[in-house]
Amino acid sequence: MTHWITVISFLALLISGAEIVISHPRFYWGEVGTVRTPPLFTLPIPSSRDTVPTGYGYVMPDQNGWSRYLHFQAAWVVVLTGLLYVISGFLTGHFRKNLLPTRADRTWRAFWGVIAKSLHRMTPDAEDARSYNVVQRTAYLAVIFVLFPLVVWTGLAMSPAFTSAAPVAVTALGGRQSARTLHFFVSGFLLIFLVIHVAMVYLAGFKSRVRAMITGRAVIAEEPK
Amino acid sequence: MKSISRRKFMTTGLAATAGLAGLAAADHVAHRYGLIPPDHGGIYGPGETLTYAAQRLLTRHSLAREFPRSMISKSPFANETAPPNDAFKRLQAGGFSDWRLSVDGMVARPASLSLPDLRSLPVRSQITEVACEEGWSYIAEWIGTPLIEVLNAVGILPQARYVAYFSIDSNWWDSIDMGDALHPQTFLTWGMNDGDLPVSFGGPLRMRVPRQLGYKSVKYITHLTATDTLKKFGKGLGSVEPEGGYAWYAGI
Repeated sequence: MTHWITVISFLALLISGAEIVISHPRFYWGEVGTVRTPPLFTLPIPSSRDTVPTGYGYVMPDQNGWSRYLHFQAAWVVVLTGLLYVISGFLTGHFRKNLLPTRADRTWRAFWGVIAKSLHRMTPDAEDARSYNVVQRTAYLAVIFVLFPLVVWTGLAMSPAFTSAAPVAVTALGGRQSARTLHFFVSGFLLIFLVIHVAMVYLAGFKSRVRAMITGRAVIAEEPK
Repeated sequence: MKSISRRKFMTTGLAATAGLAGLAAADHVAHRYGLIPPDHGGIYGPGETLTYAAQRLLTRHSLAREFPRSMISKSPFANETAPPNDAFKRLQAGGFSDWRLSVDGMVARPASLSLPDLRSLPVRSQITEVACEEGWSYIAEWIGTPLIEVLNAVGILPQARYVAYFSIDSNWWDSIDMGDALHPQTFLTWGMNDGDLPVSFGGPLRMRVPRQLGYKSVKYITHLTATDTLKKFGKGLGSVEPEGGYAWYAGI
């Protein structure tokens, strides 16, 4: 349940976030940055503002109003759902039992073993359907406990009201523009995770995996094709 | 389907009742303490209300970050030029000597103040960042008269809950709650970086609300109104911003 709410909210955040970036597709490091200061890098896309020199001869329509409303509403949903998930995950022992790599698996050898195995034969076996391997566990833990907290932090660090109450949230990141650039990159890592995650589910047999996700039961080898 | 036990029925019922009572109490408290933004209707209302309420509770007495003089941006950027408005051009030709700020609404002594009148009130300066919702930002020194000094001078009434402020450009107005209106960093700004406030940055008179994004800092201010409700202004959403699809509260 928390998974699908997060999916919908994350897609909303991704789309609205992209729309907001389009209004100023330039990134800076430090506290400040405008079209009059040299950027760290620039995205090669047109902008929705005529004040940004993009090299393109046209200006995209402004979508920031609803994008900002949607971005923060979806952020609330993700944060509250995420808190619920993390609390219940600790209470039920889900993280310890299913996501923390087993003692034997906490080696690079085990890690590369999984990758080599999946490169050699793409169909996972029955054992893989019932539990997560060490690569999956590491990726999921990184998303839950590193990337999501980071994306929330770097987002809040751009809020002038929030940083008035907690200035260290932005000074620790090196300034407001650094926070914005980091927010962009962390979102990018989350997007990369999403793409690989969906590709893996697809390779593992989309129907049976999603059925397992919804019903909570793994049905093995029922699709004779 | 399992039948629901009496105990479960009772606990669920009690939880639901407690939940509804809690929501009603939260609504009452939220209205009492001004935690509901004027643009709370519509599909984005819940998120907007959560953001405004959470940030108001968190930022009741906080100050926007201030910076050392060495961090003032060498080449600040301004989005707008002067409004293409005959009234403005006439005043500009006269060196803004006839610029007036009228203050009315829930005040004991409505007034019309000139720029020298404003400068004769206690004056402050701050080195703060202007952050645009688009993503760019710069730091400048802002010199002006804190709004609270003007409100005290005209005798703001305790019933006032918002201050609405209007640009000489009739399509541009906004409002802030009393938390921001009485905040020591909310300025009627007439100076920038040791000089007069340039027209492109909002001169001769700009509202500065540094705990919110740049669009709340409306330029070319000519009129202030203290009010207990925003319903009677425009479409009743508190500012032109929600009418154009942007949030009234811009603390994030």
